Amino acid sequence: MNPREITTQISKAADFLNLKKWDYGASFSNDYSVQVDKGEAKQLKASQKQILTIRVWNQSNLVGITTTSDISESGIKKALKQANIASDFGNKNESTEFSPLAKDPIKVKEVKKRNPVGIKKLLTVLREAEVKLLESHESIKSVPYNGLSESFFERVYANSEGAFRSYSKSQAALYLYARAEEKNKKPRSSGSVKLGYGADDIDIESCIKEASNKTISHLNYSSIKTDKYLICFSPESFLTIINAFSSMFNARSIIDGVSLSNKNSIGEKLSTEALNIYDDALHEKNISSTPFDGEGTPTKRLCLINRGKIENFIHSESTARIFKTTPTGHAGLGSKVSVSPDWIVVEKSDENFDLNTSLDHSTYEGEFVYIEELNAIHAGVRASQGSFSLPFDGWLYKNGKKISIESATVAGDIKYLLKNIVNIESSQEVTTSGISPHIWVDELSITGDA
Amino acid sequence: MLSSQIKSNEIVFGSCNKDLLEEIIYYGIELGADFVEIFIENTDNSSVLAEDDFITSVSPSFGRGAGIRIFKGKKDGFVSTNDLTKHGLMRSVSQAIEMLDITDNKRELFNGLNKHRDYSLSKKKWINEVPSINEISEKLLVSTKSLKKNNKIITRKGSYSRNLQEVIIASSDGTYVSDIRLHQTVGLNVIASDAQYRSSGSRRFGSSGMPNEFRLWDHEKAANDVFESSMNMLYADYVDAGQMPVVLANKFGGVIFHEACGHLLETTQIERGTTPFENKLNEKIAHESVTAIDEGISEGSFGSLSVDDEGMEPEKSVLIKDGILKKFISDRAGELRTGHKRTGSGRRQNYSFAAASRMRNTYIAKGEHSKEDLINSISEGLYCKSMGGGSVGATGQFNFAVEEGYLIKNGKLTSPVKGATLIGEAKEVMPKISMCGNDLELAPGFCGSISGSVNVTVGQPHIKVDSITVGGR
Repeated sequence: MNPREITTQISKAADFLNLKKWDYGASFSNDYSVQVDKGEAKQLKASQKQILTIRVWNQSNLVGITTTSDISESGIKKALKQANIASDFGNKNESTEFSPLAKDPIKVKEVKKRNPVGIKKLLTVLREAEVKLLESHESIKSVPYNGLSESFFERVYANSEGAFRSYSKSQAALYLYARAEEKNKKPRSSGSVKLGYGADDIDIESCIKEASNKTISHLNYSSIKTDKYLICFSPESFLTIINAFSSMFNARSIIDGVSLSNKNSIGEKLSTEALNIYDDALHEKNISSTPFDGEGTPTKRLCLINRGKIENFIHSESTARIFKTTPTGHAGLGSKVSVSPDWIVVEKSDENFDLNTSLDHSTYEGEFVYIEELNAIHAGVRASQGSFSLPFDGWLYKNGKKISIESATVAGDIKYLLKNIVNIESSQEVTTSGISPHIWVDELSITGDA
Repeated sequence: MLSSQIKSNEIVFGSCNKDLLEEIIYYGIELGADFVEIFIENTDNSSVLAEDDFITSVSPSFGRGAGIRIFKGKKDGFVSTNDLTKHGLMRSVSQAIEMLDITDNKRELFNGLNKHRDYSLSKKKWINEVPSINEISEKLLVSTKSLKKNNKIITRKGSYSRNLQEVIIASSDGTYVSDIRLHQTVGLNVIASDAQYRSSGSRRFGSSGMPNEFRLWDHEKAANDVFESSMNMLYADYVDAGQMPVVLANKFGGVIFHEACGHLLETTQIERGTTPFENKLNEKIAHESVTAIDEGISEGSFGSLSVDDEGMEPEKSVLIKDGILKKFISDRAGELRTGHKRTGSGRRQNYSFAAASRMRNTYIAKGEHSKEDLINSISEGLYCKSMGGGSVGATGQFNFAVEEGYLIKNGKLTSPVKGATLIGEAKEVMPKISMCGNDLELAPGFCGSISGSVNVTVGQPHIKVDSITVGGR
C-alpha cells in the first residue's frame, strides 16, 4: 500500500470501529550495506522495513497508541483495535492533541534524492577505501570496523482532520575505523565517518585521510597526570556534550523534573555572552534534515542560547500548550510524546569581547589538552544532575609538542563548563551531529594513569 | 522439489511451514548458496510507564518479519523483510544471492529439513498467563507510591515491558525449530533533590520464560533499595580521581567482566582482530582466583534460551578456569571464520539483524571469601555498590560509571562518593582480580552490539581489584 492508500485504509477501519479522531506516522525504508575484511566481502546486507504508529482518541479524549510492522488490511485493523484498548489507560493528567501546525506549509528544501548505486558498487568502493587506508601507513594493520551503506526512505504523517505530509530522501554513510600496531606498544585506533545524500556524494578520500591521520597521531602516547587543565574541545566533542545535556532546553524533561532548567529558566545566563546555540533541522549542511516532526509540525531554526542566555525551549504539541507557546518541530510520536533536538549549531555571537582570542588550537603554544572525541556518553553522563565523567581520545600539547593521551577521563559539571568557556574560535566545522567551532574551557578535571 | 505439493504461499505461525521453508531453502541452494538460513519472527510486545501517581504511557506493538542469510565460502549476504509470502521470501533469497555475486556451478546438497523440534509447545499458553495491562498498571502505581517517602524525592518512575517473540528457524543443514520467548522487565527510578544537591537511584529486574514473575516481584524491597540509594548519594562529595583498589559489589557489578572481558571472548572480536586474547587459549589471562562462565540454561534468567537464534541449544561454556582461558563464545559465522565450535550463542535483537556470537548469562564463579574479607583487606580504596552502564572500545579499553560508591578507609566503609568512573584495559585488570566472594548473584541487563540489543544476565560475587584507575574530579 502507498501512503494515500494507508490513510484511506485507516480512515475506513476507524469509521468501522467508531473512532472519530486518529493520526499516524509511518516510515518505509530500503537499506543496503557492505563490510569488508582485508579485501574480501565480509557481510552484505539489504533490508526492507515498514513501521506504522497509530494513535486514536477515545470518547473521553484519552489517547492510545500501537506500533506495527504489519501494514496489511488486517494489520491496520488490529493496530486500531489495540490502540483503542490502550486509550483506556491514556494519561488523564496531560492531554494530547493534534499539532496546531500540522497543516501549515512546510519549507521544502531542494530534495537531493539519489538512486541506488547497488551493492556491487558499494563493495568496490569500500574495498578500495580499505586498501588505501591500509597503505597509508605501515603501522595500520587492519580496518576492523568499516561499512558503506545507502538508505532510501519515505516518512508520512496524516490525521483524521485531513493533515497529510510525506517526504522521501536518500542518505549514504561511510565509516572507517583503523587499528595501528607498533612493536612493544599498545594498539591504537581511531576513525572517521562521512555522510552524503548518496554513495557518490561521499568524500571518500577525506574519510580515508582523516581516519589515517587520526590513527597515526595516537601512535606516540603517554599517560597524563591527574590535574585540572585548560581544555580545547573539538567541534565534534563540544557538540557531543551539548547534545548529552540537551535536556536543559527540553520542555518535556523540564515537566518531568529531569532537567537542570525549570519553566522560569528562559533568560537564565549559562555562559559567556559570546555563545549562541541554535537547533536547525533545516540547515543546508544537515544531510539528515527532516521537514516535519512526528506530530507533523514543521521543523525550523530555533535559538536555544542567545548571547549566553537561554532563549527558547524545544517543544511538542502538549508541552507547548503547557508552556503557552507553539510547538517547535521536535516531537516524536508515542504514547508519551518525546522531545529531542535535531541538529545543533554553535556560533560565536557578536558580543565576544571577553574571549581570549590568543587561544587557537592550531597556533597556541602553551599547555592544554585537546579533546578530539568523547566516549561512552550513555555511561558517564548524569543529565539530570549536570555531571559528567567521560573517557576521551585526545592529546596533551606541552612545550610545543603534542602527545596522545592514554586512558584518561574528563569530568565536571555542564553549568561549570559553560561558565568557564574562555574562547570560541571563529571557524566552524561541520560534523555528523551539527556545526561548531573549537571551544576552549578553563580548569576541567582530567584523570590519568601517570 | 522436495515436496510434491506446496500447501501454503505464506508463513503461518502455529502451522506447519515445512514445505514452504524447504522450497525456499532449496531455491537458494539451487542458485549456488553453500548455506541458507531462514529466521522468522512474530512479536507481541507492550510497555507501561508510571510517573509519580499516574500511568503516563501504555505502548503495545506487534510485528513480523524474516531474516534470510546466505553463505558462500566465508562471506555472507543477509536480507531482511516484512514480506512473509513465498514470493517475498524467494525475492529475498535472490537478492542475497545477487549481492554475493554467486556465479559458480558447484551445488551443495540439501536433504530436506529434519524432524521439527518444537520448543514452543508448553509456551503457547504464556500469552494468556502474562499480567494484563490493568494488572501491570495497578502494581506499578503501588510501586511508585511506595517510593514517596519524603519531600526530597522529586520524581518517581516505574516501568514495565514485556516482549513475546515467536520464532521459526530453518536452515540447509536440516535445522527446523520453533520457539516462543518471553521476557519481562520492571524498573524503578527516583531523582532526589535538596537545594543544589541532586541524586538518582534505579534498579531493574528481569526474567525470561516466567509469565508469573512480575506478580511475584517484591516491589516494596525494590522501592526501599532505590530510595535508600538516592538518599545516601544526595549529599555525597565527588570522588578524588586516582589509582586505587576497589571492591565491586555482586549482581550488576558483573558488568565489569561482561564489558572488559566477555566481549573480547566473542568470536566476532577474533574475526576483526580486536581481541588481545586471540592466541591465548589455555594460557593464563586472569588471576587464578577467577573462573568465568557464559551459559544460556539457568532457569528464568534474563539471558537464558531454549534454543539460540541459529537453532542450537545453548551450552554452559566455561570461558576461564582458575585464570586459564578455556573457550570463546561462538556462533555459526564464528565457527566458519575462526574455527571455534559453536556454543549456542548465535543471537540477534530481531529478524532485521544477522545473528552473531553474543553473551547470555555471564558471570564470575563464587570464591571463598566474605564481603567483609574483601573490604577489610583495603586500607584506602573505593567500594562500588551499584554500577551504571559501561562500554569497551576497539582496543579493549573499558569504562564503567559507578552509580553508588563509598570510600573504604582502614578496612571500613565510610562516606558516599559520586562521579566515579572505572577505566582500564581487560588484559591489565583481569590479573588484578585477586579475591572473589562467596555471594554470587545475577542481574538482568541489555547488551548492545553488532546484532542489536539482546537480553543478558551479568553476575559475580563481590570481587576485589587490586588497582584500577578511578576517574573523578
